[in-house]
Formats: sequence, C-alpha cells, structure tokens
Amino acid sequence: MRQVYLDYSATTPVKEEVLKEMLPYFTKKFGNPSSLYSIAQESKIAVEEARERVASLIGANPGEVFFTSSGTESDNWAVIETARLKKSRGNHIITTKIEHHALLHSCKYLETQGFDVTWLDVDRDGRVEPGDLEAAVTDKTVLISVMFANNEIGTIEPVREIAEIAKKHKITFHTDAVQALGNVPIDVHDLGVDMISVSSHKIYGPKGVGALYIRKGLTLPNLLHGGAQENRKRAGTENLTGIVGFGKAAQLAGLSLSEHIAKTASLRNYFIGEVTARIPDVHVNGGMEHRLPGNANITFEYVEGEALLLLLDMKGIAISTGSACSSASLTPSHVLTAIGVPMEKIHGSLRFTIGDFTTKDDIDYTVNELEKSVTKLRNISSVSKEKGW
Amino acid sequence: MAMYNDKVMDHFMNPRNVGEIENADGKGVYGSPVCGDMMKISINVENDVITDAKFKTFGCGSAIASSSVATDMIIGKSVEEALKITNKNILNELGGLPAIKIHCSVLADRAIRSAIYDYAQKTGKHYAGLEGFDPNEDDDNETADQKQI
Repeated sequence: MRQVYLDYSATTPVKEEVLKEMLPYFTKKFGNPSSLYSIAQESKIAVEEARERVASLIGANPGEVFFTSSGTESDNWAVIETARLKKSRGNHIITTKIEHHALLHSCKYLETQGFDVTWLDVDRDGRVEPGDLEAAVTDKTVLISVMFANNEIGTIEPVREIAEIAKKHKITFHTDAVQALGNVPIDVHDLGVDMISVSSHKIYGPKGVGALYIRKGLTLPNLLHGGAQENRKRAGTENLTGIVGFGKAAQLAGLSLSEHIAKTASLRNYFIGEVTARIPDVHVNGGMEHRLPGNANITFEYVEGEALLLLLDMKGIAISTGSACSSASLTPSHVLTAIGVPMEKIHGSLRFTIGDFTTKDDIDYTVNELEKSVTKLRNISSVSKEKGW
Repeated sequence: MAMYNDKVMDHFMNPRNVGEIENADGKGVYGSPVCGDMMKISINVENDVITDAKFKTFGCGSAIASSSVATDMIIGKSVEEALKITNKNILNELGGLPAIKIHCSVLADRAIRSAIYDYAQKTGKHYAGLEGFDPNEDDDNETADQKQI
C-alpha cells in the first residue's frame, strides 16, 4: 500500500546523510567525550563540531548552545530553573494558552510552587498581542515564555516585539522554537531572546536530543546535576550519536532553508486550495499570514477527527487530529479552544504537516482519499449541513 | 491499526444498519457533537419484536462500531430483551475496546433505550426494563455507569 507521511510536525525521518554521519560514532568512534585518550578526543571534537552547526542555524555562538535530551528538557530547564533562581525577586510568569505541553505543564507545576502564571489569550489567528503581554507585566514578573511557532496551527508569534518588551522591563524571555527550527530563519542575537529550546527530530535528525540556547551572560542554574559535561551546565554523558546527527541535520537545514520553505509552503497552499475546492464545509484553523510553511490545520464539519484519521490510516496516510477522542486525556485541543473554534468543530479537525519528502503526488492522493473518507463519514453522521448540529 | 481489534475495525469500516427509518415506530438520540459523539437510532416494532433498526452516528471509530454492532444485536429481539442489553454486552460483542474508549459503547446502549422509550410513549406501552430510565438524564450518571463496567 502507498504510504504518505503528513505528520512532519510530530517527527521527521532521519536523512540518509545524517544517519551516515552518525554511524561511526556507534561503533568505532564510541569514546566518551569526557575521557582523555585519542578516540575520546575524537568524540569531543565531534560534539563541538555539532555544537557549531546547531549554533550556526540559530545565529548563536557555539558557547551559548547546550545539548539536552529533548525540547521538553530544554523547556523544563529554562522555565523551572529561571523561576527558582528569581523567586526572591518575584513570582510572576507570563506565558500563553497555546504553548506546547512541555511548557504548559512546567508552568502548571510552578503554580503549585507558589508562582502566579498569566496565561495570555491569542487572537483567532493564534497570535499573541504584544500590547496584552506588556499590560500583564508587573513588578513581580520574572519570566516571559512565548512559543516561536505553534505546533498545531503553525502560528508564528511576534517574538521580536515580545523580546523588546521583555528587555525594556528587564525580564528573562524564553521561547520554545522546536517547531520553528528549520522552518523559519532564526537569529537569536537579532531577535534579542535570552533562551531558545530546539529539538533534533523535527529537522530530520535523530530523536532523543535537543538543545537550549542560553544567551552569554545570562545565569541559569543547572537542572541536571552530576558530571562536568556541557561546560558544567548539563550533566550526563553526551548522547554522542544523537548530537552528531543533530549537528548534521542542522547543517543541512541551514543550507536548504529557503528552498525548504518555498517548497513546503507551495505544496501546503496547493493542498489547502484542493481541499477547500473539492470538499464542502471545511475551515482552515489559524491565520495564513504568520504561519509555518508546511502546516495545514483543517476542520471537516459533521465528522469526527479520530474516525477520519483511522480511515486515512487504512489508506496509508499518516496525519494527526485535535479531537478529544484521539487524546489519552479525552480533552480536545487547547490550542483550537484558545482560538475560539467551537467544540464540535475541534472534534473534526485534522493537522497535516508537509515536509522535505512530500511530493505533489502525495498531496493529490491524500486529497482524493480525504474526499472519499469525509463523504463516507458524513453519510454515517447524525449531523449534517441540512439538519444542522 | 493496532488500536482496535479486527471486529471493531470491520464494523467501523463496513457499518451495518446505517440510515434512518422513515416514520419509525421509535426514535432515540444520545450524546452531543460538543462532547464528540452523538448517536441517533430509529426502530420499527411489530408484536413487541424489534423488526428493524437503523443508526446515524457522529463520533470516533469505536462509537461508529458500537452503533453498528448494537443495532445488529437488537434486530429480531423482543423489546424486553433489547432493554436488557448493557454496555458490557456490546463491548463483549465487539471483542473489547481500549479502556479509554469504553464510554463510546455507553452511547449505543443509551440511544437504544431512548428509542424504546419513545416507542413506549407513543404507544402507551409499559416495559419493566424502562423503569427508572430518563432519556434526558445527564452525564454524571454516565460516569457512574462507566465505573461499574
């Protein structure tokens, strides 16, 4: 059966060049970068080369990049340790209602530790209004964390404006750029952010490795305590193969960034055009102007997303849904809720994310199967355009 | 998909008894699109035997599969027998559902009761199995039922 993968925001396949670069570090060049003999020094050099490559992709100095196990660890480290550090100065944190769970649940945890969190609303497009953010600042505010780009609807937030506000009020600003990396040009110094979380497996690198950019001069206590790895900032033997892979993936992403953006945006626009022309009663969730190039989040009215996901899966198409039925918690997407999508339409939402290996044929095949599957489920459905919800 | 067994997938992919019976003897609805699933069922009854049942469901794969299997189960049964069908019977007939999906089978059992209730109201009949049944009762009771499974 034909396989069409349209869930690049969930994860990406490791590129051949990336895998090739990683392989020697599993077997021949396996030395612990902290050891002193030759093969260990080779490992150390490989880690530092990877650091330069990741730093280069975000415009940072290599000394400002610290490898972690994941975007989630980076988020936890940035938010929880900043909060702990500054608690004597203030206990107020500003974030948004549409953050990734890694950030959302870190802030929920901090609420249990005596912090007050302002959860900013977003507009229908999913954007934070910088004016709202500034209005939320108090003399107790010690941290602002707003994601660079949303994982469900692809909205790109006004990070530069927010960074300016943070700087003006001398508040630490962190942004989760896991979805933005490799999809949007990022220059940390130009943006003026203090910390950025990124992850390897969203940019055709291996899973299990992320990084936190920490601006030079910013103090951030350690989250993990132990050995002297990562310039004494993050203990634990380096995930050598993962870091090497992340470095190679970052290098490739940098080299093909504009080509990647143009290609995925063009296929995404073609996809949305075809879906909206051929299937009635569909809505694109989130604004189109400030949006990740490969993201399409669409509600198919009168059907439920998990059922649609299952039918598409039977045709080899991999996508995800904001429906409550698909989540372990049985709660519908907090992001679609925040942009004002009515509950019944959240249940019928699907996220399609296009990547480097997507072809026009994949899109045509998907639109055809989508049309058939939506029709089939609408024929079974107890709600319809004629009869209403 | 590994999430559901073959029988559930078969009833989801090829649901039986989809549709609406015109001038049905009884009609029932349970659930709401806001909650993510809503089943409508219509039945015909002759001599206290359910001769036909059709459904329409807005919902996930297991909601559609349990609607399909539940309508199959009640056709040919007497009204009293149909009223004895529980979530557990529907679940067993489906060969089980993932734990988190079990509430989807509650939908079918409630919708069937609602349709029979409607039939009983229209015809003035009384069924022991309907005693204490309120088609409009809220989800708090549903949660209580789920705990009993």
